[in-house]
Amino acid sequence: MNLEGKSALVTGASRGIGREIALELARQGANVAVNFSGSEAKANEVVDEIKALGREAFAVKCDVSNSEEVAAMVKGTIDTFGKLDILVNNAGITKDNLLMRMKEEEWDDVININLKGVFLCTKAVTRQMMKQRVGRIINIASVVGVSGNPGQANYVAAKAGVIGLTKTTAKELASRNITVNAIAPGFITTDMTDKLPEEVKTEMLKQIPLARLGEPKDIAKMTAFLASDDSSYITGQTLHINGGMVM
Amino acid sequence: MAEVLERVTKIIVDRLGVDESQVKLEASFKDDLGADSLDVVELVMELEDEFDMEISDDDAEKINTVGDAVSYIQSIK
Repeated sequence: MNLEGKSALVTGASRGIGREIALELARQGANVAVNFSGSEAKANEVVDEIKALGREAFAVKCDVSNSEEVAAMVKGTIDTFGKLDILVNNAGITKDNLLMRMKEEEWDDVININLKGVFLCTKAVTRQMMKQRVGRIINIASVVGVSGNPGQANYVAAKAGVIGLTKTTAKELASRNITVNAIAPGFITTDMTDKLPEEVKTEMLKQIPLARLGEPKDIAKMTAFLASDDSSYITGQTLHINGGMVM
Repeated sequence: MAEVLERVTKIIVDRLGVDESQVKLEASFKDDLGADSLDVVELVMELEDEFDMEISDDDAEKINTVGDAVSYIQSIK
């Protein structure tokens, strides 16, 4: 598995799973554009770590639900690295609430970032990848996009949407040697899952045969594999990394 | 006209792998030149690069034949 000379864009890369993905791609040899929306200082830390590995990196602020900002981010990445081989759609937010209590705004915000953002970023990189006749798009979905989860109607709908979008994009772009896959993480230790109440976490652990939460690196390693030439015959798939939580 | 047609023809021949003699003004990309929808999208992208212009999605949808492409480019240039 070697990403030497490849160019990658990772959305939501300042923290959590995205951060680890950006670092892992760099460890494997890729140059990485580190997208963030709020945490500039943390994004710069990721950039510094990547540079310390001897790879190129830069931080790029962008709201992935805004098509103009997305277009500028993708153009900036291509201008800087000269090409774009790997897109990891990782940026995501949660605004949990019971369906009966969920505000329209909470629904819209999560759908806009978590689903529309994937559409916009994918659309924006496609032109370059089609020209190159090679590309890897990896979408970070979620186990709950398959299983459902009370209190997360917006998040679940978005993640299930990402899985459907992955399959359709894979079919549309296969003839141009662009593969598109989704990874559905289970419960991974990040800021997002740290926010959960202790009793929810205890309850979750009971549903995980491996009886522990996953680490960001569990997702990052699979992402690096899917980004590599070794995965060239895998497309349209959803890879579940969840300790056996859903089988 | 001739110059635009020549450049358009070259792109079509390269991209679709058809013979130059098949590239007539009335030839439809999909029906006569064996292009699928994605090929047409790609052709439009290459025309944008070749002629240094942007073709909106709405306009691109109206480009179905070689003649459509040539007259569109001429109308802009």
